[in-house]
Amino acid sequence: MRLNDLLKQKKAAIVKQWFDMVVNTYPLDTSQFLKGQKDPFANPVGNTISQGIEPLFDELINKMDQNTITSFLEPILKIRAVQVMFSPSQAVAFIFSLKEVIRKNLKKETSDNEILNELLLFESKIDEMGLMAFDVFMKCREKIYAIKATDERNRTFKAFERAGLVAESQDAW
Amino acid sequence: MAALPKSDELFSKINYKPPQSGWMDTPAVLREGMFCFAAKPKSVETLSLPYPREWNPRNDDWLLPENWKEIIYEGMKDRLGRFRTFKIFMDICVRCGACADKCHFFIGTGDPKNMPVLRAELIRSVYRNDFTTFGKMLGKLAGARPLTLDVLKEWWYYLFQCTECRRCSVFCPYGIDTAEITIIGRELLNLLGLNIDWIATPAANCYRTGNHMGIQPHAFKDMLDFFVDEIEEVTGVRVEPSFNKKGADILFITPSGDVFGDPGTYTAMGYLMLHHYLKVNYGLDITWSTYASEGGNFGFFTSNETMKRLNAKMYAEAKRLGVKWILGGECGHMWRVINQYMGTMNGPADFLEEPVNPITGTKFENAKSTKMVHIIEFTADLIKHGKLNLDPSRNDHLRVTFHDSCNVARGMGMFDEPRYVIKNVCNNFYEMPRNCIKEQTFCCGSGSGLNASEDMELRLAGGLPRANAVKYVHDKHDVNMLACICAIDRAALPPLMKYWVPEVDVTGTHEMVANALIMPGEKEKTVNLRGEELPGK
Repeated sequence: MRLNDLLKQKKAAIVKQWFDMVVNTYPLDTSQFLKGQKDPFANPVGNTISQGIEPLFDELINKMDQNTITSFLEPILKIRAVQVMFSPSQAVAFIFSLKEVIRKNLKKETSDNEILNELLLFESKIDEMGLMAFDVFMKCREKIYAIKATDERNRTFKAFERAGLVAESQDAW
Repeated sequence: MAALPKSDELFSKINYKPPQSGWMDTPAVLREGMFCFAAKPKSVETLSLPYPREWNPRNDDWLLPENWKEIIYEGMKDRLGRFRTFKIFMDICVRCGACADKCHFFIGTGDPKNMPVLRAELIRSVYRNDFTTFGKMLGKLAGARPLTLDVLKEWWYYLFQCTECRRCSVFCPYGIDTAEITIIGRELLNLLGLNIDWIATPAANCYRTGNHMGIQPHAFKDMLDFFVDEIEEVTGVRVEPSFNKKGADILFITPSGDVFGDPGTYTAMGYLMLHHYLKVNYGLDITWSTYASEGGNFGFFTSNETMKRLNAKMYAEAKRLGVKWILGGECGHMWRVINQYMGTMNGPADFLEEPVNPITGTKFENAKSTKMVHIIEFTADLIKHGKLNLDPSRNDHLRVTFHDSCNVARGMGMFDEPRYVIKNVCNNFYEMPRNCIKEQTFCCGSGSGLNASEDMELRLAGGLPRANAVKYVHDKHDVNMLACICAIDRAALPPLMKYWVPEVDVTGTHEMVANALIMPGEKEKTVNLRGEELPGK
């Protein structure tokens, strides 16, 4: 696996450029802030992205464990699921932008056919991760819809129900 | 059946690049999940506000009066003359950017127009255009732009993406209170009937029946009677609240959210238990009002006049009942209105006495003009003087952190009292990081009337910085309970936690006080107010 060795070698540069590409999906004023502010409490979005993408990259190089990938995708996509400036495709597109970063970093090396073939295989792993990201994104959206639909009714209805001020319980809520 | 779009048509519409244009040239797009429903005409009418009508922010036509520009111009002119703060805040900002990244909505949504400086600039640009010589002469060069329909819609969209929490003002070197710009901006929008329903209807209900939900006096009493039964079941003690009692020592007013919604209901039970304890042990006579049954003041998010009207009801009731002073429950913006505006708005309330805790003799100097004391300060004083018999081990299953409510923290400077109370009623307390608490506290993301369901994405994004800090103490210290002293928080934080940190629940501080309180004549307690087993029982 020569490609994996190359990717490991260039990991720091690739992850940094990937991070930049992810935050550049935000408007300019926002992306500058996301890159510049290092305090995790002042900048939870930038911090979550930078904490998440390195282990995601590691999984691509290593064993592609679905649970591990989901656990690192979730914090990032939880955020993008509430940032409605992104359409669903825009929310998950950052996974695919890794392809562009890798191609840029391996420009010379991909003239070697063997590496190129390995890269094609590697890119299908990125596609797979992209699909997992879509699942995670949908789960987040579904959770938002559930909260939207039930929260207010739960709060008041439950209190009224306990007080016997409304007739029947609707457990499905 | 409509023809399905071809894949290349779909692809051509996908653009992953954000707009590169300047803010003035990037029109606002109203996105679902980020705005609330329009105010119902009936509620606007009840509040005697202008232009009640059925309108929908999704439609192009907002059914504005023909002379709407003139109305806004005159409204701005009037307010620039009446409110010195508004005039100063329009003029003095140097756009240094110190506030820019301090807003929870900017941090959470990533939308630059939620930077406080830019949100204020939405109004300032029109102010420059219409009221300053430079703006009139130089136009866009001087940061000026004329008021258009798109600008008006942008105002509406972003002024209802500010919770008036004032975190930005803490960092402004000039002390500009951006919340006050939002407040005036919303007033201007109200001149055109452009309120949101989550504000207009609670304000109208409050004006008509005395509380946000429009619950009538008998149902209000029914609910408190139910709490009495619940308390008896848990403690074996039957508390006896009094209602509308003339000549009582103290009138107690709390947000109705504590009476009608979980988990505030447990906090309301806490108040009832504390009142009973003080009556039996010290003879203190506290009464509830079924008319002034709301501490929260959604008029504050509508206009100066509406705020004044709703605030006046509490004082009219205190006068009618002939109480000495008012004790207020755990609430946020009620206290901002009381502490910051009441003194010169409906006050000073000279017909009431300067509040003194009759049990400890403590004078509440800070309430000299308003005659209204925050219950957390009152309880802290009781604990400090050893007047409450507490067993904090009853809360041993809780690992607690505390969310400073913006209005009580930044609006009143009350940081220590809630922490003092919490540390006396539970044994496991952990602070969130310093830049997320006290005067730098992050908003729940749902204040100032934005606590609706239809804008849930906005609320969850705005609450991200707060939830992120809670997650940190949950991961580090296994925190499982988020305490607060605000009814909006008790309504807003549960869904926020459900989304971001589902392992953490939400409680009012007086629920914990009541669970730790050893009531005279109580049976051996095995469960707390929520019916959960007590540790070791």
